[in-house]
Amino acid sequence: MSTAIETMVKFEVFRYQPDWDEPTYQVYDVPYHEDWVVLDALNYIKDTIDGTLTYRWSCRMGVCGSCGAMVNGYPKLTCAAFLSEYMPGPIRVEPLVNFNVERDLVTNLEGFMDKLESVQPWIIRDDGATDELKSEYLQTPAQHAVYQQFSMCINCLLCYAACPVSSHSDEFIGPAALALAQRYNLDSRDEGVEQRRDVILKDEGIWECSFVGECSAVCPKHVDPAGAIQQAKMTGAIDYYRRLLMPWTVKS
Amino acid sequence: MSAVDQLQHDVLVIGGGGAGLRAAIAVAQEHPDLSIGIVSKVYPMRSHTVAAEGGMAAVIKDNDSAEDHIYDTISGSDWLADQDAVEMFVEEAPRELIQLEHWGCPWSREATGHVAVRPFGGMKIQRTWFATDKTGFHVLHSLFQTCLQFPSITRYDEWFATKLLVDDGRCQGCTAIELRTGQLRPIYAKSVIIATGGAGRIFPFTTNGAIKTGDGLAMAYRAGVALKDMEFVQYHPTGLPGTGILITEASRGEGGVLRNNKGERYLADYDLGEPLPLDDPRHPQLRTMELGPRDRLSQAFIKEQEKGNTYSGPYGSYVHLDIQHLGEHRIDTKLPFVRELARNYGGIDPVTESIPVRPVVHYMMGGIDTDIEAATSLPGLYAAGECACVSINGANRLGSNSLTELVVFGARAGRNAAQFASASDPAAVDRLESQVDEERARIRRILEQPSGGDRVAELRREMTTTMEEGAGIYRTQEGIEQTYDTLSDLRERFGSVDLDDRTNVYNTDLISALELDYMLDLSLALAASARDRTESRGSHQRTDHPDRDDDQFLKHSLAMRGDDGTPEVSFRDVVITKWPPGSRTYGSSEQAKAATTES
Repeated sequence: MSTAIETMVKFEVFRYQPDWDEPTYQVYDVPYHEDWVVLDALNYIKDTIDGTLTYRWSCRMGVCGSCGAMVNGYPKLTCAAFLSEYMPGPIRVEPLVNFNVERDLVTNLEGFMDKLESVQPWIIRDDGATDELKSEYLQTPAQHAVYQQFSMCINCLLCYAACPVSSHSDEFIGPAALALAQRYNLDSRDEGVEQRRDVILKDEGIWECSFVGECSAVCPKHVDPAGAIQQAKMTGAIDYYRRLLMPWTVKS
Repeated sequence: MSAVDQLQHDVLVIGGGGAGLRAAIAVAQEHPDLSIGIVSKVYPMRSHTVAAEGGMAAVIKDNDSAEDHIYDTISGSDWLADQDAVEMFVEEAPRELIQLEHWGCPWSREATGHVAVRPFGGMKIQRTWFATDKTGFHVLHSLFQTCLQFPSITRYDEWFATKLLVDDGRCQGCTAIELRTGQLRPIYAKSVIIATGGAGRIFPFTTNGAIKTGDGLAMAYRAGVALKDMEFVQYHPTGLPGTGILITEASRGEGGVLRNNKGERYLADYDLGEPLPLDDPRHPQLRTMELGPRDRLSQAFIKEQEKGNTYSGPYGSYVHLDIQHLGEHRIDTKLPFVRELARNYGGIDPVTESIPVRPVVHYMMGGIDTDIEAATSLPGLYAAGECACVSINGANRLGSNSLTELVVFGARAGRNAAQFASASDPAAVDRLESQVDEERARIRRILEQPSGGDRVAELRREMTTTMEEGAGIYRTQEGIEQTYDTLSDLRERFGSVDLDDRTNVYNTDLISALELDYMLDLSLALAASARDRTESRGSHQRTDHPDRDDDQFLKHSLAMRGDDGTPEVSFRDVVITKWPPGSRTYGSSEQAKAATTES
């Protein structure tokens, strides 16, 4: 066993409970491990120092999307934020911005859940009701590649914390939900573009995006929601002029 | 509380992962008149189905047959699977996977546009459908997003179910804590489906996420339903040391190999066949070497460790999983998540280095005793997915059968629970109120327990430690009994567990305590079942009883919770239809056998 003195890291963690007037920052000293992520430190605090610290987590491998937080002011999955990147500290951990806080690092996701549902993120087909499941729909690797990137969203919501539009508008449907709308619109098996049109093209939809691109910069899964929104704007614009100038080409 | 405020549904699903969502959609599609509730302690897209990687088995290609999938599954189970259930499972699997395809699951494709399949351990034909190496993620999100379209489904996201409500011999709902408020409320229903997943968190080193604490199993157990085959715990042979993060079997399906500290492909020494050179076009060979079943590969690791043939690191022994020869392009196309995980959490790039791996607790073959209809012995209660034990997995599950199990049995549970609900009266709310009050009192006792007892994290650490010591890959009578005693002691000490957090809103300290309470029940049931099965079969290896004993133990174990809370174990015959128990052979011995049969 090593006799060296353990290196400690200071954590400044945002604390809040609904019956408090003000949030506060609590400082914890956590032993430094080169292979630890911020989530390991939070678990260390909860298990050995303070069981009241409240946060969400599960898979600790970057796929369940539960553990997003602001780490030193930047939206991160805490299970993918290595302490070594923040040394010598201190490391400040706060709830994702642009969401209401329920307690400590736990934010309210209900607004996002409504937005997700509003874009109808499921396969819509005219033959949906009569589907007999005899065989798979064919989809070539090239057709698959068109939407594949946008299907990788884990709903971690880092993009909403990074989005300047979401910071001043609760109504803006936002990067993840719009990327998922585009994911289905681009899927060769889907026929739901018309049904999603109104939601995506309405005021709170793609046109509100000011294309700062922060959403894509923070996305841990390289989904590129900004790219999805730009694509949708392009399609929306073409569609607008087509409706205006060539109405006979538009499906009723 | 007035009737208006009551939470009531026809069918209540507990658990919002793959099985629960599939069940809910089955009810919504086929019985649009029925009201459905889904209670989940996390938002459904966080459910642990999300972490499954390699793929999902179903017969779809012309060179494959149901007969082959059935045989692979039964021999993989070391003949402990119920053969009628396996036959039905294999028959229904392709339709369910096509259904997922029609719901948008982005399966990886062949150039023709048909779904692609890959090899998997213990399967003698390539039949594993996959969405790169994030199959579970895509399946879960496809199911969740699909379920959003049904107005008859009401979700209780971040509600923690605590107890089943049973009256007149019929399950009629559950109590659950709304995390946002801390309120415990009854949710009444005409039938209930448990789909809460496994309980890998009773062990210290597991691929399972923090939420896999087996709450649903414990609720069924406490309601008088047996837990079946709990002694069978699957160690996946390739987890990252330290974190236990899963490196998918698909990495071996694509041609990855395991090497010990001498650089040898050591599986050749464990009756799994002969290694072929990596440039041999026949590599990887199905049901051979690295594509042997998980139990045998994990056991081989322990033997190598005993011989001193493993590497040692800060998180114990490990061997090398080498996929370098696949090349960067193939790794990035077929195994992008493996590369991401190895880089982020293993600190190595598998394109140029071998990945350190060791066996890690991954899956429970055992679970709530269900029949082929997903029904339990308690009328109105159904279960599906990892929390259930039909059994199609027996003593060892084959990789890529579990995601398929979620949808096949999830759909069956949904249909059967819907039928049951349609023929049943509403819950007897008046008679159930006292149970709700009792449950409220039980939780208040934990919350208001005077200080001075052990903290949740300490008891949990001791539980997981003793489980690994006594109920790991190799077991002995003495070791299991020691573990059982330690668990009994922990069960006592839990009575005075001391919470740091005494508040209501999002009290995760309280939830952890309730989870620990459930895990202690499950650990005891597991240890008792392992103690009483004095043979070795599949994942249950007793060094003091090294052989399979079909005369005594071609049977499922059934652990019932006795009046004093301790498990009582009995046994029930396995269903054999067409495949009498045979010797379980892989690799060269199998090829030799096949050659003899053909000649």
